[in-house]
Amino acid sequence: MADKEATRAAYGRKLAELGEKYNFYVLDADLSGSTQTAVFAKKYPQRFFNCGIAEENMISVAAGIAATGVPAFASSFAMFACGRAFEQIRNSVAYPALPVRICASHAGVTVGEDGATHQFCEDIAVMRALPNMTVIAPADSASTEAILEQLMTLQGPAYMRLGRYAVPQVYARGEHKFEIGKGLVVADGRDITLAANGIMVSAAIEARALLAEKGIDAAVLDIHTVKPLDEALILHYAAKTGRIVAAEEHTVIGGLGDAICSLIAQNGGAKVAKVGVNDKFGTSASAAVLLEHYGLTAAGIVARALELLGK
Amino acid sequence: MERNTLLMLRERAARIRMLSVEAIYGAKSGHPGGSLSIAEIIAYLYFDKMKVDPKNPRDPERDRFVLSKGHCCPALYAALAMRGFFDESELKKLRKLGAMLQGHPDMKSIPGIDMSTGSLGQGFSAACGMAARAKREGMKWRVYTILGDGEIEEGQVWEAAMFANMYKLDNITAFVDFNGYQIDGAVTEVMDPTPIDEKFRAFGWHVSVIDGHDLEAIEKAVSEAGSCGRPAAIICNTVKGKGVSFMENNYTWHGKAPKDEEYAIAEKELREAYEKAAEDSKNGR
Repeated sequence: MADKEATRAAYGRKLAELGEKYNFYVLDADLSGSTQTAVFAKKYPQRFFNCGIAEENMISVAAGIAATGVPAFASSFAMFACGRAFEQIRNSVAYPALPVRICASHAGVTVGEDGATHQFCEDIAVMRALPNMTVIAPADSASTEAILEQLMTLQGPAYMRLGRYAVPQVYARGEHKFEIGKGLVVADGRDITLAANGIMVSAAIEARALLAEKGIDAAVLDIHTVKPLDEALILHYAAKTGRIVAAEEHTVIGGLGDAICSLIAQNGGAKVAKVGVNDKFGTSASAAVLLEHYGLTAAGIVARALELLGK
Repeated sequence: MERNTLLMLRERAARIRMLSVEAIYGAKSGHPGGSLSIAEIIAYLYFDKMKVDPKNPRDPERDRFVLSKGHCCPALYAALAMRGFFDESELKKLRKLGAMLQGHPDMKSIPGIDMSTGSLGQGFSAACGMAARAKREGMKWRVYTILGDGEIEEGQVWEAAMFANMYKLDNITAFVDFNGYQIDGAVTEVMDPTPIDEKFRAFGWHVSVIDGHDLEAIEKAVSEAGSCGRPAAIICNTVKGKGVSFMENNYTWHGKAPKDEEYAIAEKELREAYEKAAEDSKNGR
């Protein structure tokens, strides 16, 4: 296992592995090489449909397959899978609560050079707004694989956000138990809480080390499931540390940060700062350059943490 | 088609019309025009062709039906009630708070509904998805779906048409209810979808064009569809608002309920037609 791997790679590999144990279908829209569903397609061509460049049809076909009683995994770039086909997801998948899993890759700014038209930073916001929908943004390969297996038996629909960018392997396999709907305490701390998901989990771990150098003890939570939100865990850390920095590779509108703000606004207990894309479209550049450009880094998290701490 | 079957199906279609308009009147909203134009297709599917079991509505071996033009569900609800999936009294609660019968088909709450529909184009794709799984796993049941002629203006319909041909879905039969009108007027004046038959042919489908109120023609086309080895489209020339004099071929009856005095006329016409059909069926004429 490399030190870094894109979550889409873990997705494709694990799907093919799980094909033996579970009956499910996989659909793609002419991006099976990119989303890595091609790995499954090669092994199980009888359970794979390439739908061509027709995402709306793909999502509704997935709904039809799911309506016959098996889960259907539909993949494309996040922009098209849940942006273009949003209404199909709403009416054909979420409303009838069918076991369709929209596993979309190339989410966020780390798509890189393709630029704004392909950098979907609003996916969590739109998926989170849908009744019945489970929304997940895993941090690395081990968590992607563990969550994917749970998706085989989850009731109702789900959206899982995957990335193009190779990210650090945060977890060793078997080190933690990942459970949809339950946040993970990556590190305990007493002064401030860093709640992150997706690629920002590794940045939060790095930020924790930087804060420790300043004598600040930060907790790190991996809130991979944005919906349903692990409210108990977040409220516990809100009470314990009084300050939360929420970090995500997503617009600051409607994502993890807003989910936490909404929870805290109703229950009190902490000040919250958000690290994310500040209501802007993306732009062309390499993923690494873009993460710096939008402040989606350990340094970005540290800066907001210090503000909250008045330092 | 045997004479007795034909007379029975005519009676069923007439009753579907009567119950549909009664339900829409009770709801004070709904879509009478397109519900009336599909009565024979629905009657044929639910009272002759499809293998379904009201006592076991989720039987995995059942034939599937997807009303892609979901707004015409009063006709489908009427047929399901008549077939025994639920009590006819549910029709009186259509579109009201807490009712099982939603304004558009809801597979979660309504026994016998195989797919939630209402947003045009999506049901057709879902029907293709069902057929795709059945085909891959050698399941013997078939999928039937009804699209509106206005509905096929949705681009998604043609994505699905390509999909069905690509994966050789010879187990799906799609009816196009070509009644000629959509909400804003004649389909040829709003956004001309014609020639519908040539479009489906160009997408690789087997196509037949029939009178959608002729039950024997429906049976023949469905039988042909079942053995043609390709996805099949049956273009049904129909009359929007069929059976209610003032609704026929009048697009303003696409999506509104009759007022009291209008309903009195409609009810009389539909009841008389039903009583005659019932009498004919009883007497074997």
